[in-house]
Amino acid sequence: MLRFALGRLLAAIPTLLFVVLLAFTLVRIAPGGPFDAERGLPPEVEANIAEAYHLDEPLPKQFFRYLGGVLRGDFGPSFRYRNYSVTEIIADSFPTSLLLGGLAMLLALVIGLGAGVLAALRPNTFTDRAVMAVAMTGISIPIFVVAPLLVLLFAVSLGWLPAGWTAQGGGRLVLPVLALALPQVAYLARISRASLLDVLGSDYVRTARAQGLTTAAILRVHALKPALIPVLSYLGPAVAAVLTGSVVVEQVFGIPGLGRHFVTGALNRDYTLVMGLVILYAALIILLNLLVDILYGVLDPRVRTQ
Amino acid sequence: MTESQNPRRLPLFALLAGVVVVVVVAVLLQRDGEAPDVAEQNTLHRGIGSDPDTLDAHKTNALQSFTVLNDLGEGLMADDRHGALIPGVAESHVVSEDGLRYTFKLREDARWSNGDPVTAGDFAYAYRRLADPATAALYVDSVTAIANAKAIIAGELEPDSLGVTAIDPLTLEISLEQPTPYFLALLVHPSMHPIHESSVKAHGDAFARPGNLVTNGAYRLTGLRPGAIVELERNDYYWDNANTAIDRVHYHVLPEPMSEYNRFRSGELHITDSVPTDIFEQVREDFPDELKVATSFTIYYYGYNVIRPPFKDSPELRQALSMAIDRDVLVEKITRRGEQPAYSWVPPGIEGYESAQLSFAGLSQQERTEQARRLYQAAGYGEDNPLEVELRYNTSDTHQRIALAIQAMWREALGFEATLINEEFRVLLANMQAREVTQVFRSSWKGAYVDAHSFLTAFESDSPSNLAGWVSEEYDDLMQRAATQTDPGMRSRYLEEAERLLLIEQPLIPLYFYVSKHLVSTEVAGWADNALDRHHSRYLSLPGVAGGG
Repeated sequence: MLRFALGRLLAAIPTLLFVVLLAFTLVRIAPGGPFDAERGLPPEVEANIAEAYHLDEPLPKQFFRYLGGVLRGDFGPSFRYRNYSVTEIIADSFPTSLLLGGLAMLLALVIGLGAGVLAALRPNTFTDRAVMAVAMTGISIPIFVVAPLLVLLFAVSLGWLPAGWTAQGGGRLVLPVLALALPQVAYLARISRASLLDVLGSDYVRTARAQGLTTAAILRVHALKPALIPVLSYLGPAVAAVLTGSVVVEQVFGIPGLGRHFVTGALNRDYTLVMGLVILYAALIILLNLLVDILYGVLDPRVRTQ
Repeated sequence: MTESQNPRRLPLFALLAGVVVVVVVAVLLQRDGEAPDVAEQNTLHRGIGSDPDTLDAHKTNALQSFTVLNDLGEGLMADDRHGALIPGVAESHVVSEDGLRYTFKLREDARWSNGDPVTAGDFAYAYRRLADPATAALYVDSVTAIANAKAIIAGELEPDSLGVTAIDPLTLEISLEQPTPYFLALLVHPSMHPIHESSVKAHGDAFARPGNLVTNGAYRLTGLRPGAIVELERNDYYWDNANTAIDRVHYHVLPEPMSEYNRFRSGELHITDSVPTDIFEQVREDFPDELKVATSFTIYYYGYNVIRPPFKDSPELRQALSMAIDRDVLVEKITRRGEQPAYSWVPPGIEGYESAQLSFAGLSQQERTEQARRLYQAAGYGEDNPLEVELRYNTSDTHQRIALAIQAMWREALGFEATLINEEFRVLLANMQAREVTQVFRSSWKGAYVDAHSFLTAFESDSPSNLAGWVSEEYDDLMQRAATQTDPGMRSRYLEEAERLLLIEQPLIPLYFYVSKHLVSTEVAGWADNALDRHHSRYLSLPGVAGGG
């Protein structure tokens, strides 16, 4: 297993290098620059700035300068937040996204799996239909509608919770986590219901039932684990998406997380910040996929023996 | 795998559930016993749109940075709540007869936020640093009025040769390149605030970060989180500290107007940076006392690229397109926030300056349309040979609606179909500056000081903001005459003449003058509308709050 993991990590290095090259190229071919404004700059001022930020050098030279920095762990200064390095900004915003995403994923897992199992145990009953209807609604209504609605209800009308991240007082986590978790709850409920129904209909479950095992015992011992495999396949990308920050939720609540920095960074042509975040995202997705592959082995003995 | 192992895995989920419950409960509980509500603390909460890029006044050209820096620092001159010029760090000044030499007397009690006295040397240092090419400053408009500044920026002279001299710690002498009647107004701008030299020496570029930044205004920087918040606290050393009412100012970064509006509605903000466009009527109804709309020193215009066809050498065509636009419809049916239709480039309301008007300003829209048709045909276009033109604007709901309306007006009046192209803001900027693909483009211009010059300078031949590429020797000559003129009346006449020329040649279509829009809580006192839309925190107070009045 260790060897498998190490091999995969080594294989990730060229992937990452390719991602860096691609990100650099894409960011730099986008028209417009970080210092453009409606109030134009005199040419001599422009020249001074280009020199100070090494924008006057040929692109390959800039690329290797950047790559050299990255290899030393230095992602360079941000072009927009000119007193801050990209590393500092990521170090500041990643924990925020991690906390939000982690809580949202946890909440989604507990409620989503619970609802899915409940529905699967009573297929085609009122409970099942109700759970699936709610899940369907959750999937259909996009976050950018749900999040403001939550704000309107809980912050503006009822005044129970703050509407934004920088508000004084606690409780600021509740609405963003809820908004982030809702669509995931819905997906997880649907996936887990479908796969558990599948498993519950299989021969060995019927055999177990014939042997007189209770539903709880069947679930615990036989059914839940295989039913989790499709959920796991979904979890890899979902966790990556949620942990790296939801652009919409961060924008609505004014949360200084990675997702927001990524979008504003791209709009501001903050070359170094965007590239730093791309590298981080790529590394995270590679790691999470690896983790999922390892977890397959834990859940499914057939994978382990291969 | 034996059965006995399985049950041990299931508690994992129970554990997860437990963690979630604990966390949620903890977060909910956190609400009690936390910091008290907004009002009780004498803290002013302001929305600021996107965040300041840096608080190094020389390395930014972002309005948001200047807003915060206006609270943090103070120049030789300052502005009052109505935007009128008042003494700042300089308590008095003398101007030489030729208008080229200014001598400022600094107040003795001016202090930095660490207690150091503010000296003439701090200003001289700041101005030299601003002009020094090594600083790579972004906003140099103000310093270029000082003797030798342009040559220093271009790397032809040493920064030491700048026309500033600290005669003694409280006397600063500034020599100008040309008499610049609005020079005092330039000194208000944050780029002309003093800089604390020893903290730049000690911290390098990091001097502008919280903990390092030493400022001389009513507030000092206590915290900053990119993408979230900027926190200021009263500067006890400020010379006019006794008149500062509010102890703390929090600038909340909220680029999304709707989110900002919700924060205001839930009582988390005292002042918003903007008002959501699409629900403006609703906001007016719900918050009649809180909504502050004021004429702003900013114009919304369409520019022509005059160095390429079809608008090269064809002022008739340019005028035809401009005439066919019913500006009243734009402000009454589309923007609907009290904007004034624009028939000039310089906004009205500048003392001693009579803005020129477009020749057709006095006609009815029907008469304009008829004339526009004649001009359009005279330029060689007609039903069989319609004009093909692209109209570029940056992606935004308002810009889109205005472009659609103008497209329809042109279709109706002149019978051609403009191609609308919306581009992301920076793509449009790059295209406008390259002047290669642009034909008609949307832009805006905001005056930095209340003087016609701050508008007219944008169309000088060598101005980087002359996006139309319009070159007129006569115009440059008039601007130059105005620059060397010491008699304010004569100077205004030259500037008026320059604007008249601009409006005859029409490298642009003036559309309307913006209004500034804010929601200001009724808890806030001291708010005053002004053309430059500057609202320094030190002029505001929270009368309902202990210590805030």
